[in-house]
Amino acid sequence: MKTIQFILQKEFLQIFRNRAMLPILFVMPIVQLLVLSFAATYELKEASFALIDYDQSSLSRELSAQFQATGYFSLEHKTFDTDEALEELKAGNVNMVLTIPENFSRDYSQGNSVSVQMLIDAVDGTKAGMIQSYGSSIIRDFNQNHIREVQLISSKKAPQLSRIELIPVNWYNPDLDYITYMVPGILVVLVSMIGLFLSGMNIVREQEIGTIEQLNVTPIKKSHFITGKIVPFWIIGMVDLVIGLALARYGFNIPFLGSLTLILIVSGIYLIVIQALGLFISTVTSTQQQAMFIAWFIMVVFILMGGLFTPIESMPVWAQDLTLANPVAWFIKMMRMVLLKGAGWQEIQHMVFVLIGMGGLFYGVAINRYKKTAG
Amino acid sequence: MPEVAIQTRDLTKKFGDFTAVNQISFDVRRGEIFGFLGANGAGKTTAIKMLTGLLSPTSGEGSVAGHDIHSESEAIKKKIGYMSQRFSLYDDLTVKENIRFYGGVYGLSRHILRSKYDEILEKVDLKDEIDSRVGSLPLGWKQKLAFSIALLHEPKIVFLDEPTGGVDPITRRQFWEMIYKASEDGVTVFVTTHYMDEAEYCDRVSIMVDGKIEALDSPVELKRSFSAKSIEEVFIELARGAENSDG
Repeated sequence: MKTIQFILQKEFLQIFRNRAMLPILFVMPIVQLLVLSFAATYELKEASFALIDYDQSSLSRELSAQFQATGYFSLEHKTFDTDEALEELKAGNVNMVLTIPENFSRDYSQGNSVSVQMLIDAVDGTKAGMIQSYGSSIIRDFNQNHIREVQLISSKKAPQLSRIELIPVNWYNPDLDYITYMVPGILVVLVSMIGLFLSGMNIVREQEIGTIEQLNVTPIKKSHFITGKIVPFWIIGMVDLVIGLALARYGFNIPFLGSLTLILIVSGIYLIVIQALGLFISTVTSTQQQAMFIAWFIMVVFILMGGLFTPIESMPVWAQDLTLANPVAWFIKMMRMVLLKGAGWQEIQHMVFVLIGMGGLFYGVAINRYKKTAG
Repeated sequence: MPEVAIQTRDLTKKFGDFTAVNQISFDVRRGEIFGFLGANGAGKTTAIKMLTGLLSPTSGEGSVAGHDIHSESEAIKKKIGYMSQRFSLYDDLTVKENIRFYGGVYGLSRHILRSKYDEILEKVDLKDEIDSRVGSLPLGWKQKLAFSIALLHEPKIVFLDEPTGGVDPITRRQFWEMIYKASEDGVTVFVTTHYMDEAEYCDRVSIMVDGKIEALDSPVELKRSFSAKSIEEVFIELARGAENSDG
């Protein structure tokens, strides 16, 4: 145990003496959390559209006005020429072309079914999807408001008048606020990056500067050595996490429904998992560059498959199975469950055990792979 | 502690097809200064790494301080000091912090460490530099400090791999005075070098060519048997037959 104290003392001295490293450790995560949380939003803001209104009736004008009234769409261009509108779409000046056909008003009033066309620029698939769903809901509303009038005037009965009405209520995040949803996940990613990269570069750095050889001729125990390497960055990771949680709570007003203690315990376990993985990378590489490259590769896969940007549920089944081996996915899930849903130990314990299993595995492998005697 | 500090029998290390160390056998007596000479690439560092437990041998036997190098390398590590060819102190730590860290790793108590600071600083004449970063010291001082740190835990045997590479003649002289001092204290010194004049300071010298030990004796005897004026001449005589001496 005393050996570990000496290793810790040395590691902390080196960390706090490294002028390039210190700002990275404490300032970068805060800045990134702030920037990313505001930037990573799925809300549609002011999609521009071109209007081709062949009908020119009060009803068609009302429909286009309804698009603009929501605040999600702004009318950029009005024309009667389809080619011109498509040019605008091609040039990227508008995101969507709305075409209202001739006789729209007449047919509608007579109770016939009519169609309007939305041509959507789908280069950005996410945005296109949002334009489509926002557009359809505007048209649905429009329909709802007018169908009764139509019924009164026309003798025909509207065919699609639905008797079942859907009233969605969003639990846990009632306003569907993306910041609430994103911040816990982004926090996970930042802490993971710090944990993985710093520990990944650590042992290999000793190898680069030649001190590992000097350590390997000492009677130092492998487990002491690895532990002495993990603890300092674990403490720093936890400090970063607490700063991030405070920002999330007081800066972003993220609800903290669950227990903070539980969050901290889970985070502590998670950090050991990710750092042990980093140290394992460190033991199988011979330069910091290699370690960095592998760590980046793993991190990108972890993040993309972690359920931060795309829901795990919408991945193909084989990819969903792969995410079971992704500690980032587990941790993001737990963070969201505890912070936003107020889940307790009962609900997340099986996930915690998975993390503990992973941590034990990586830790063991890292100790095992670190060889004091080369072949 | 047996009379023989280091013993090897047919010790061999192969890297793929290349035989770095080829069946070397020698004894190093307790308390002697044993010079391990050879050109670059002759296998000196490989041999020293096998003896210090950094590298496992392909075949052959060896013991250091009475412990088998195959099975008891961790026991050996407690009894030896090692100074590698590459400078291996932490540049970003101060003199004192380096001493404290390595001392701590060897299990020295903080109480003993306090007395060690003075002892070492006295020895290497670095009293005013105790709180300087090691990275800012001149190379010669760094090497002397590294040697002192290798002796910190009072090992029975110390391995020095080209300790005087790149330092000026005056510092080299001071360094050898430190080696003599350690030897007087009963430490067995195993030193590699390619400065042939330094070979003259050793009690016994082995000369390695292409992974084999081609000669082993006291400097005086070596010069007599090769009828040479200096060890350098002996070395050149032996190295002439070498094929890959600069590999």
